[in-house]
This record gives sequence, structure tokens and C-alpha cells, in this order.
Amino acid sequence: MLDKISGTLSTQGTALQLRARRQEVISSNIANSDTPNYKAVDFNFSSALQGALSKGTKSAANGLQQTRSGHIGGNGLTRSSLEIATQFRAGSKPALDNNTVDMDVERANFADNTLKYEAASRALSGTIKTMQTAINGN
Amino acid sequence: MSLINAFKISSTGMQAQSARLNAVASNMANAETVSSTDQGAYRARKVVFEAITPANAQPSAGKSATAEVRIKEVTQDNSAARRMYEPGNPLANEEGFVFASNVNAAEEMVDLISASRSYQTNAEVMNTMKSLMLKTLQIGQ
Repeated sequence: MLDKISGTLSTQGTALQLRARRQEVISSNIANSDTPNYKAVDFNFSSALQGALSKGTKSAANGLQQTRSGHIGGNGLTRSSLEIATQFRAGSKPALDNNTVDMDVERANFADNTLKYEAASRALSGTIKTMQTAINGN
Repeated sequence: MSLINAFKISSTGMQAQSARLNAVASNMANAETVSSTDQGAYRARKVVFEAITPANAQPSAGKSATAEVRIKEVTQDNSAARRMYEPGNPLANEEGFVFASNVNAAEEMVDLISASRSYQTNAEVMNTMKSLMLKTLQIGQ
């Protein structure tokens, strides 16, 4: 029962983390829109999420970090950060200064990702509320 | 916490763009500055950016995952100063010439618009991040 709850929560949590990560990547593209030789990057959200989930969500959520020799190991789980494979955005023709940031594309992606981040956070909120209702019974 | 990192990235973007705005302001203000020698004339300044990967970036995220903006250098436009014949000017040399700056006003205006738009976009990104973070704090309430 409890592992089901934590499983749902950690799936949604991972999705939220990846959305935040993508938000960071896109804002980096926007900030570097005038930097010579900068190449716009992005990553495939669905494959990143699949990769993160197949690696075992437990290690990301519940791992204990051993920073001293006396610390308990937490079943050998180590905290792993989310791995994403960023790729250069293809198809955009570089400007004269070799910059490939296309502001329209980046802004569209940013708006899209903002919306999806909010959707993910509401979904997570809804799950928590559902559980609270189940616990309280009213 | 990725959203905080994005905040940092946008703020470096804003810093860089405001340096560019400063350069434009300096160039525009000195557009009509004259000097008695060619070397002494004001030269248009241009800010050059470069992308740097933050030191605390996740190593797994790859080298090119996210990048902050940094001002690489401020270069000078070394094209010739405008030579004008103004014998009445106290700064004129013995032949009666003064040397005005090589600032191109049209170029500067374009730079100004571009820099202010980029600044606005970065500020917008920051605002969006802020509201997202506030919403994240309200999860489960």
C-alpha cells in the first residue's frame, strides 16, 4: 500500500523535476540568445522521463547519502541525480555570429513547458489531496 | 533545485544585456564628442558575450546542458574617426580639423532595441519562474 503511494508520488515528482530541468535548459537558451557561437540545446522529455523511471525511482527519492564512514548505507541506495541527454536543437540556421537560438521557438517551448510544469504540479497536488481524503474519510 | 538555477541563468542574461545597454548609452552620449587628434577621438564600444557552464552544474547533465552568460570583453570599433573641418572649434588642430567619434547612430539604435528586448525576455522568464516556484510551494494545500 505505502509503496504504491510512494511509487505514484515519485513518478510525478520525477516528472516535475524533469520539467524544472527543461525549464532551466530553455531559459539558458533564452539568456544566451545574443552570445556568439552558442548552440541552442534541449532534451527529449519523454525519453528522459522513461530513462529516469526505468533506472528505479527509489534511488532518486529515498537514497541516503553517506558523507562519513559511520553513516548507514540505506540498503546500498545512492542518490543519483537525474540524467538528461541534451542535444543541440536541429534545423535552425545559425545567425552570422554562429548562434542557433531561435527566439520564437524558445519562447514557444518555454510557454509550453511552463504550462506542463503547472499541469504536473496540479496532478501531484491532486494525488496528495486524494490520499488525504482517503486518510481522513471525509 | 533547477528552477533556482534558471533564476541565476536569467539574471546573468539580464546583467549582460544591461552592460550592453550601458555601452549603447555611452556610445550615443559620445556620438558628437570631438577631439583634436585621431587617436583621442571616442571609439564606439561593443560588448561581447560568452557562454559559461556554471561550476555547480550536474556532471551527468553533460558539458553543454545549461550555460550562463558572461561578458567576455568590451571591444572598440577601430574604424577611422570622422574628420570634420571646424576651424572655430577650440579643439581644432593647426589645420582646423577636429576628430569626431566613429559612432554609427543607426547601428546603436538597433543594438539598443535588441538589447532591451532581450532584457525584457529574460525578466519575463524570471517572473514565470517565480510564479512556478510559488505554485510548487503550494503543492498539497
